[in-house]
Amino acid sequence: MSTKKTRLVVIGNGMAGIRTLEELLKMSADEFDITVFGAEPQPNYNRILLSPVLSGEMTFQDTMLNDWSWYEQNHVTLHAGKLITKIDRKRCVVETDDGVVVPYDRLLIATGSNPIMLPIPGMNLPGVLAYRSIDDVEKMLAASKTSKRAVVIGGGLLGLEAANGLSLQGMEVSVVHLCDWPMERQLDKVSGGLLQGALEKRGLKFYLSRQTEAVLGETTVTGLRFKGGEEIPADLLIMAAGIRPNIALAKSAGIHCERGIVVNDTMQTYDPKIYSVGECVQHRGQTYGLVAPLFEQAKVAANHLAEYGRMRYEGSSVSTKLKVTGIDLFSAGDFNAGPDDEELLLQDAARGVYKKLVLRNNKLRGAVMYGDTLDGAWYFQMMRDGTDVTEMREHILFGQMHIGDSGLGGASSVVNMADTAEICGCNGVCKGAIVKAIVEKKLFTLEEVRAHTKASSSCGSCTGLVESLLASTVGGDYSIKPSKKTICACTDLTHTEVREAITRQNLKTLPELMKTLSWKTPDGCHICRPSLNFYLISAWPAEYQDDSRSRFINERVHANIQKDGTYSVIPRIWGGVTSPAELRSIADIAEKYKVPTVKITGGQRIDLLGVSKENLPKMWGDLVEAGFVSGHAYGKALRTVKTCVGSEWCRFGTQDSTGLGIKVEKMTWGSWTPHKFKIAVSGCPRNCAEATIKDFGIVCVDSGYELHVGGNGGIKVRVTDFLCKVATEAEVLEYCGAFMQVYREEAHYLERTAPWIERVGLAYVKQRVVDDVAGRAELYARFLESQLHSQDDPWKERAEGKDASEYASLATVE
Amino acid sequence: MNWIAVGKLEDIPRQGSRVVNTSNGAIAVFRSLDDELFALDNRCPHKGGPLSEGIVHGKRVTCPLHNWTIDLETGSAVAPDVGCAHRHEVKMENGKVLVEIKA
Repeated sequence: MSTKKTRLVVIGNGMAGIRTLEELLKMSADEFDITVFGAEPQPNYNRILLSPVLSGEMTFQDTMLNDWSWYEQNHVTLHAGKLITKIDRKRCVVETDDGVVVPYDRLLIATGSNPIMLPIPGMNLPGVLAYRSIDDVEKMLAASKTSKRAVVIGGGLLGLEAANGLSLQGMEVSVVHLCDWPMERQLDKVSGGLLQGALEKRGLKFYLSRQTEAVLGETTVTGLRFKGGEEIPADLLIMAAGIRPNIALAKSAGIHCERGIVVNDTMQTYDPKIYSVGECVQHRGQTYGLVAPLFEQAKVAANHLAEYGRMRYEGSSVSTKLKVTGIDLFSAGDFNAGPDDEELLLQDAARGVYKKLVLRNNKLRGAVMYGDTLDGAWYFQMMRDGTDVTEMREHILFGQMHIGDSGLGGASSVVNMADTAEICGCNGVCKGAIVKAIVEKKLFTLEEVRAHTKASSSCGSCTGLVESLLASTVGGDYSIKPSKKTICACTDLTHTEVREAITRQNLKTLPELMKTLSWKTPDGCHICRPSLNFYLISAWPAEYQDDSRSRFINERVHANIQKDGTYSVIPRIWGGVTSPAELRSIADIAEKYKVPTVKITGGQRIDLLGVSKENLPKMWGDLVEAGFVSGHAYGKALRTVKTCVGSEWCRFGTQDSTGLGIKVEKMTWGSWTPHKFKIAVSGCPRNCAEATIKDFGIVCVDSGYELHVGGNGGIKVRVTDFLCKVATEAEVLEYCGAFMQVYREEAHYLERTAPWIERVGLAYVKQRVVDDVAGRAELYARFLESQLHSQDDPWKERAEGKDASEYASLATVE
Repeated sequence: MNWIAVGKLEDIPRQGSRVVNTSNGAIAVFRSLDDELFALDNRCPHKGGPLSEGIVHGKRVTCPLHNWTIDLETGSAVAPDVGCAHRHEVKMENGKVLVEIKA
């Protein structure tokens, strides 16, 4: 092997090309000698933000993504303002118009797209502009100072943004469009009409169903003529009738092109040395004009250029949002219902809200929203996850109601919120701070916003709001999570992919797993290690050796860390039923260890707070002697089974809810789950144990037991979904174990049952736990089998000396 | 300045930490996967969380209270967080772990 660096030439200095370089530099910075050719004289800027520049809401400087110094720092040679005129594939060189010849080992074509110029007379007149580059925008801004009337041809996304910008610059603007309503590729007739009305109120004029026949004028544009003879005046004419992949160069080099440069799933063209990304590309018959797909392509291309050879690009589903301040509009998927589809509609003229969802086989196929787009990201996610929405049909149009309810008074549009409105209640982050960070630090993704502002980084209930803010600040397609959400930066694999690999490839230890799945870091990070440790426990309950170094502190030391570094101790009280003797021993122990605070928990247990780490094993020893085991209140595990008194005492009780609760807790205690897991048993439908906001809730009725799943009383209050009704206690235990086992085997780490059920759909859970009788029995058997290995009391072991050094300091120095 | 023997390498778990109490507060001594040693004040620059209880990965530790990640070599918080935990010299000599402690 020679140590010579690979020479990589990139044609195109736009967002797709440079994003690929950024991804590549992250992976192997030193192995490439990189040269970039850009036709425009500027470094890489954010083309999506041209509209805010035109409307005066931003300056060009604000749109800069990588300035000159970035190229220098990364040793990338940039030829800005130079046009490549030839690719010589035999000699592996590219040539510029002024005769510079540069050889390559790998070539990346990212030439983007060109605006479509109509083949009609007068297109060459001064005053006719495209809307594509910062140069175009500067010319438009200059023209707006001297001329009065602008006409935009094209009522699509780009055309309307241009029209709005010019109107804000004080011009009289008309929009000419071929169809009956604007943005017909993203909006149906009704929402298109709403949009038209809103833009007309802002002063835009629409000429719909018009075909332009000629541009009028002798020395400069004076107007245009439609088919049929109608003429309108114009001093400035903007062509925004669409874009076309820029494939001329690739074509001239004999690279296979159709509408775009044809690439495979690794972003490779028909010439194996040549890759291509961005708007010039045609992948599986699709071309893309939005930024989210380009970024996904960039990741894949970089992965293969770096010869990691792992990722595949499988196409993107895209959503659109109009970047016109004050207009909320969202569109995704196929929103024109076909004969096999169903339409769900919500129209509220007074509020200016319109929502349409298109369903096929109970799955979302498309969504159009106008006026209230807060739930766009949610619908889009379900569309991509293929979630069965049968069970939420009744209220799906009203949105994911628990998004951002906290303290916001139900604000439906983040755009209208004041800068001082608090978005993230956990970390006290206001709208203004988030917007400022997005603009100043040029943030693209939810993860970046979380890292820089801490908004949405704790409980996550404001995620929808933060995504909406991202969308309204930098343009819609940024807001959407990548379709493939990896566990963390240490891997390119998703939770599901890792879980599948563990069982398929028989991976049984952490080091083996990280090696086989090409982990990028030697020993992972605080995000992936606990996840992987759980997945291994879940897959191999009998064999896997728990890795305490991959446990969060609480699970490592079997107590809950508090803000001052002390711990809380919560003994298990089966079913919440205790006795004077038990209470007396807890009281004695609390006094013996001078516990500063004793508190009854929401789960009917007793919390002893403020215990020092050194005292934990001794205190546990006393508790174990008094007959207690760990309450696992610190774990992603079965927490408590809460009960009401039931038929033993209550005059309304229908069944022995306390007795059943104790049985359920004896069966389920000690089980590790993806997130904490809470159970409750109520003795009658009055539901005093609040079973319908638990992960698994049992409501006793006269004829048996109603089983409910997926409830949550925390961040996002969610009432359970009704699973089924059973007749006997034995069945309750079987269904409960089976449900916990599917959840354990299939949910992502740190995913509560509520979001898990919303992701996979209740229909799926019913099928696994209720309909599939044999499957249920197998799940239940696997649950009981794994319990054989996890029902050792961790407190007893530690009181007897296990992990003793964990609780003692290394040394004390005077 | 004093080099004080605080224990043996095996006393500190790999990917883990142990605490040395001093009259100037607690020092966390970390041992990475490849047996490198580091020592920092046992206080996260954010809200004083005990860094010794965090998950150690690479040459970093993540504070258990609010997930700030601290570089073990410098004591600095990993960007975009800003802050620094005071670091102490630490070395191995004749099988013993020595930490430099200011008198």
